[in-house]
Amino acid sequence: MTPSQGRPHATKAPVDDAGLPSFEASGGDWDEIAAEIAELGEERIVVNMGPQHPSTHGVLRLMLEIDGETVTEARCGIGYLHTGIEKNMEFRTWTQGVTFCTRMDYLAPFFQETAYCLAVERLLGVADDVPERAQVIRVLLMELNRVASHLVCLGTGGNEMGATTVMTISFTAREEILRIFEMITGLRMNHAFVRPGGVAQDVPAGLAQEFARVDTEVRKYIKQLTDLMLANPIFVSRLKGTGHLSLAGAMALGVTGPVLRSAGLPYDVRKANPYCGYETYDFEVPTSTDADAYSRVVLRIEECYQSLKIAAQCIERLEKSTGEPVMVADRKIAWPAQLAIGTDGMGNSLDHIKEIMGESMESLIHHFKLVTEGFRVPTGQVFQTVEHPRGELGAHIVSDGGTRPYRAHFRDPSFNNLQAVALMCEGGQVADVVVAVASLDPVLGGVDR
Amino acid sequence: MTDVTPGGDVEALAGTERRRPPLEVVEVRTGMFGVHGTGDTSGFGGLVRPVVMPSASPRPYGGWYDEVVDVLAEVLAEAGVDADAAIESVLVDPPFASSTRSELTLHVAPEHLVAVCQALRDDQDLRFELSLGVSGVHYPSETGRELHAVYHLTSITHGRNLRLEVAVPDADPHIPTTTTVYPTNDWHERETWDFFGIIFDGHPALARIEMPDDWPGHPQRKDYPLGGIPVEYKGATVPPPDTRRSYS
Repeated sequence: MTPSQGRPHATKAPVDDAGLPSFEASGGDWDEIAAEIAELGEERIVVNMGPQHPSTHGVLRLMLEIDGETVTEARCGIGYLHTGIEKNMEFRTWTQGVTFCTRMDYLAPFFQETAYCLAVERLLGVADDVPERAQVIRVLLMELNRVASHLVCLGTGGNEMGATTVMTISFTAREEILRIFEMITGLRMNHAFVRPGGVAQDVPAGLAQEFARVDTEVRKYIKQLTDLMLANPIFVSRLKGTGHLSLAGAMALGVTGPVLRSAGLPYDVRKANPYCGYETYDFEVPTSTDADAYSRVVLRIEECYQSLKIAAQCIERLEKSTGEPVMVADRKIAWPAQLAIGTDGMGNSLDHIKEIMGESMESLIHHFKLVTEGFRVPTGQVFQTVEHPRGELGAHIVSDGGTRPYRAHFRDPSFNNLQAVALMCEGGQVADVVVAVASLDPVLGGVDR
Repeated sequence: MTDVTPGGDVEALAGTERRRPPLEVVEVRTGMFGVHGTGDTSGFGGLVRPVVMPSASPRPYGGWYDEVVDVLAEVLAEAGVDADAAIESVLVDPPFASSTRSELTLHVAPEHLVAVCQALRDDQDLRFELSLGVSGVHYPSETGRELHAVYHLTSITHGRNLRLEVAVPDADPHIPTTTTVYPTNDWHERETWDFFGIIFDGHPALARIEMPDDWPGHPQRKDYPLGGIPVEYKGATVPPPDTRRSYS
């Protein structure tokens, strides 16, 4: 009995059973291992792929039982990136919660932020009072984020099959979108820009010109990607018919997003249960009936174009609503600071600091109370879903009337969709596992939270 | 339906009253700044604030809610399940008349959960074919109903959403698995077991999913500490988040 037994620890030594032959591959001595396995004369082996493996999209662990080249059983091991974000949110104010949930799915931060804020606004009863301009900014950020996220999916998916150029092009394109994010929020990721009641601050001047430039650039890169991928016979033959997931299978496993739409069901929360005014935008939901990895690539490319189309409509609306508020009028909820980007990044505007430090004691008290104590949210629970790049993201928020969430749970689409790995991979080739998992596009930060 | 309680009172509003005990007050908080006893010099130590969750709604619920509850009761009766026993209470929050964003919550008895899910999924007038997972909530002060499992269902056919809530005592946290009806709940139930210790009877492999297999305790429960260490920064010490001042 070692002292560590029974205590929590993440890296316990694996079960040491002398009866089980096990082989470790960590260097370049694969030949020796293959020879050892050949000696045993056993075709059926269990391969542990990950959690540190370049083609598992993050710290995903796949346990594959292999008979020759055929996968007979595939299981996922997750939890390697669990950081207790939901638990942490119970110990911070409602506004601080945004800084936590933005870190869940780090490739699509605006979706968590928006789902959480929409849920909090519904609990507060101010959902209808959020200014139109704030909703437009949210939609703009989400749609650009969808493009950025899909680009990473296409890029890393290509990279995992050895097509490095696909990755470099899509990351270059994503970089352009991150520039817009940096321009609006001051940050490239972990923005915490969407706040309960609106957004942190208005968009800067010159956004329309920057968007026009980025839009052209991104479209150019997506065109290049399309040519590189869809016209490449190796790429097509690797993806066509791979990772098949029928509509019945997708529905039973609760798989949503591009994977469900590739099976033919045009289910998109933006259309089915609109939020942030999506019913007023002109866009289409592309679908396919092939239900394979190839059709998901085509759908994601098409969705990028649709998202850029929505983003252009947002820019148009922002031009028309210049100067309108971006936060609810209720000063008991609206963050007191007026943020501005200074020489050292984003912070309180100098005017606001002058007011609270030099002019109005009441302003200082108000600022202090709202920032340290926060606001109280009426008791109850809500479930708010948004269309995440990977599927339907749900935020289940419970309030006990206090200044902190009583419980915050996120139904992350990656977490749910990973359940389909067994169905998509079993009976197929080992090499197709990589393609099938990439077509699900799991982001482990969201899976493990 | 009139029901005579042991106290001799007759429950009012025949037909509209449900048999679920009134459990609206889930906790009572005192004081104001999270400091208790002699350390509380704020003068607010005498404040008492009950935590009141929304309770059962009266009929009519409004919109499609009445229809769904009626059809569900009918389908359950056909399957030989006592609908009044299965559906403990119905809550529409915020009330339908006052908001366009109300949500329907059905509090379901654990023993009838699978039958309710089956009816909700399969009947053509209900057709909640998509499950959006299971979430847990821990109410340590709600004696006998400490652990809640919350199920979110979506009907793509009819464009509707509803929530099922099942409460079980901490001493006997057993809920039958819904994976037979919604296979997608597999990992979600494992997560709820992992974080709250709710045992889903009949689950194919109820193992921990986020925490390591040998982890003691269930981290999302309210009695499980957040943990953390004090951090020293520029001479001052910042305490860990769960020991900082809180507002009760």
